[in-house]
Amino acid sequence: MHRFANPARFMRLSAAILPWTAALAVALLGLGIYLALFVAPPDYQQGEAVRIMYVHVPAAWLASFVYALVALMSAVALIWRHPLADIAAQSAAPLGAGFTLLCLVTGSLWGARMWGTWWVWDARLTSVLVLFFLYLGYIALVNAFDEPGRGARAGAILALVGVVNLPIIKFSVDWWNTLHQPASVFRLGGPTIAAAMLWPLLIMALGYTLLFAALLMVRMRTALLAAKLRALRLAEVEREAASLMPQQQTALS
Amino acid sequence: MTYLAMGGYAAYVWPAYGVTLLVLGGLTLWCVGAYRRRQRELERQQRESGR
Repeated sequence: MHRFANPARFMRLSAAILPWTAALAVALLGLGIYLALFVAPPDYQQGEAVRIMYVHVPAAWLASFVYALVALMSAVALIWRHPLADIAAQSAAPLGAGFTLLCLVTGSLWGARMWGTWWVWDARLTSVLVLFFLYLGYIALVNAFDEPGRGARAGAILALVGVVNLPIIKFSVDWWNTLHQPASVFRLGGPTIAAAMLWPLLIMALGYTLLFAALLMVRMRTALLAAKLRALRLAEVEREAASLMPQQQTALS
Repeated sequence: MTYLAMGGYAAYVWPAYGVTLLVLGGLTLWCVGAYRRRQRELERQQRESGR
């Protein structure tokens, strides 16, 4: 763990992995969209509208997965103070918020046609909306302090408290009556979804995940460049101050 | 043409794919743009510091 928490090592490793991750993400998303739009069969109940599933369900998976990662990295940052853990959590959060928003909008489009309503205040939809606000709250809290360390700590605690929302999202469709359909892929006893639909869905999900991984690396690299820039500017200011010192002293004496 | 109609669901399917491209593409441009900006700032600073 410690070996990967070294920023210089991360810059080297990510520079090597990033192009491959990005290329694979684009290829899988391209293949996935082709399969989803042209190869996957229409649903016997939902007809062609089922094609919304291939962009909606991976967004929903990533929304929860990224939050779990933000919480895990926050825990690592709080407990072991790894220099990269805070950066990873803060870099992941806006991406997670993006996937959550995408999940909400595509779900709304799907629901508008299938349920006859854009929105219902039921357990699944409400808990995902809460997830979106948790992301926004985390991002706002991290940036609300003049001293970055305090913001990171406050945000990390919020991220950990918010973890309680993840099982609520997952099991909301079993615990409460809802318009939302129950799990058909990640369930005890295996998937109930037809194989012709499962494959395009899994390829899309892998494409989303790799795109997330690539963007996370880009954002973490951006944060490390920013840290280096701050250090350089600080050194500059200190050197200028040092060069001014003798003159000030002579002026005073 | 019948394909584009999506069996009558065109008004829901196509916007869903449109917003997906918008969000995923938007996130990508935002991340890469911020990275390039930082890179340029850092290069400028390194030149100034190296004087």
